[in-house]
Amino acid sequence: MSKQQPAQFINPETPGYVGFANLPNQVHRKSVKKGFEFTLMVVGESGLGKSTLINSLFLTDLYPERIIPGAAEKIERTVQIEASTVEIEERGVKLRLTVVDTPGYGDAINCRDCFKTIISYIDEQFERYLHDESGLNRRHILDNRVHCCFYFISPFGHGLKPLDVAFMKAIHNKVNIVPVIAKADTLTLKERERLKKRILDEIEEHNIKIYHLPDAESDEDEDFKEQTRLLKASIPFSVVGSNQLIEAKGKKVRGRLYPWGVVEVENPEHNDFLKLRTMLITHMQDLQEVTQDLHYENFRSERLKRGGRKVENEDMNKDQILLEKEAELRRMQEMIARMQAQMQMQMQGGDSDSGTLGHHV
Amino acid sequence: MLLTGQSGLGKSTMVNTLFKSKAWQSNLPSLEVPIPQTLELHSVTHVIEEKGLKLKLTVTDTPGFGDQINNDKCWDPILSYINQQYEQYLQEELLITRQRHIPDTRVHCCVYFVPPTGHCLRPLDIEFLQRLCRTVNVVPVIARADSLTIEERDAFRNRIQQDMNTHCIDVYPQKCLDEDINDRILNSKIRKQIPFAVVGADREHLVNGRCVLGRKTKWGVIEVENVAHCEFLLLRDLLIRSHLQDLKDITHNVHYENYRVLRLNESHQLPRGPGWVNLAPASPGQLTSPGPGKASRKSYRDTKDDEC
Repeated sequence: MSKQQPAQFINPETPGYVGFANLPNQVHRKSVKKGFEFTLMVVGESGLGKSTLINSLFLTDLYPERIIPGAAEKIERTVQIEASTVEIEERGVKLRLTVVDTPGYGDAINCRDCFKTIISYIDEQFERYLHDESGLNRRHILDNRVHCCFYFISPFGHGLKPLDVAFMKAIHNKVNIVPVIAKADTLTLKERERLKKRILDEIEEHNIKIYHLPDAESDEDEDFKEQTRLLKASIPFSVVGSNQLIEAKGKKVRGRLYPWGVVEVENPEHNDFLKLRTMLITHMQDLQEVTQDLHYENFRSERLKRGGRKVENEDMNKDQILLEKEAELRRMQEMIARMQAQMQMQMQGGDSDSGTLGHHV
Repeated sequence: MLLTGQSGLGKSTMVNTLFKSKAWQSNLPSLEVPIPQTLELHSVTHVIEEKGLKLKLTVTDTPGFGDQINNDKCWDPILSYINQQYEQYLQEELLITRQRHIPDTRVHCCVYFVPPTGHCLRPLDIEFLQRLCRTVNVVPVIARADSLTIEERDAFRNRIQQDMNTHCIDVYPQKCLDEDINDRILNSKIRKQIPFAVVGADREHLVNGRCVLGRKTKWGVIEVENVAHCEFLLLRDLLIRSHLQDLKDITHNVHYENYRVLRLNESHQLPRGPGWVNLAPASPGQLTSPGPGKASRKSYRDTKDDEC
């Protein structure tokens, strides 16, 4: 007699409980095993602290042997794309982070072509994904599409420069733009507010579509809603980056040491670094979704439409080609007829010549 | 004095800082309004008095340049302004009955604001400086220096000095115009510290009971007149206290003479005989391109040009 109760298949506590509420945990376990991948692009003029900020955000050193080029080299250089991938792990969760850097942006005296390289890189990644997706073996598609672009705005200056506006308008339909005010420790609080407002006005004026945080769902808790509200109110974020540990008020903090004080990177009163990091982390999934659902789909439909139109053109061309070929045939026939007539005339003329000659003679 | 540089680097604020500085009392109305973008050349003149000596100081603010996508030839308006002042002086000098004291509106010194990227000079800066330093005394400064820590400041300064050497940019005090050994020692000290890292502020705050000019932030007050914080005092002393006469002399003897020779060669006429000398108006292209420096206080200058 089977008196032993099979230990695995016990009836859960409450009646009516099937148990699929366990699904999120399964998804969580699978995703953790699979790991996440995220591609971040940083664009901005030289010297705005992009590399320092990336290192501070992810607490890594992405550029260990960095040589800053001298002025003479800068004159000849065009915009380049440098992608560096790093695998970071925190509490068992793996993140494959790719940072795409764009050195040389905004350096030249004439910057008209500096964003062409960047746009073609973004398109290239979309193209590659489209190709992989339409291929036969779809098991291991590497997602190298740019999920988010941090655009660094200079804190000196009175708002957006014409180059900033032109660049953002060129890529706002391809990638999520997050504007960031760099080197925010040069601004007092009032100046910062003024600059943020000015930038937001200019963004609206030029109809630039930056990434908007999704509103918190109504069933989320109040804290999360409040946090989202605060984050939305602080765009564009004004940040300070640093990986140096400074001693301040008895404890070690990451910051910048000036003769007049210490700017703490992780102090929300000093700058918006924490807000930027929170936004990036809480909304990493959303950024990827928007890239997939909005930008990639846009690109895909454009691309396939363009590809379709090419076929139509060929059809039309075929008809045209037929017509042309017929016309050519007719022309050649006419030419042959003319040549034949000429030859006949020549022969006749020759005869008549000889005839006349004969006559003369 | 002419202040020039990219937009938003604090040139207009510097005008106010210079005049509000505690060294002299000048009656500048306090501007609490945030300074709007400068769109045209704007000159402020003040007569400052110290120990019975009066000095008429004119500071000209220029609109920022280098903001457009294509910044080719953005230095033309500034260069043409400087040459215009030389032209005015030249015309006055060529009159038959000259005034006893020709009003001198020439630019004696041009302060160039370098953005504090922390890396090195940008191609735009190099082009601009190369053209400027053949026409006028240039003093480069690192603007908005409160975004750099002390180490970054020093590294940046060294790189700028290297860049200037590589590209033959001869800023004030020019090495080839040192007259004697004392001058050389003094000027070498200054040359080691150029470009000065400055911060401009026109608001006053209370620090330790004293009222100082500065910028107040959550993490401290940046005092403009504190040498440990920024080098504004060094700049002001260089321009006004110690080297004012030298700046004027070099402008008159070197830069102005170069301009004069260029113009007279163009018009193929030297002032002689009765009657006015009507110089043909110069085309802007000729004067804004870097021309060879002919007149010199010492023969060193020619050899230096040959070297470069």
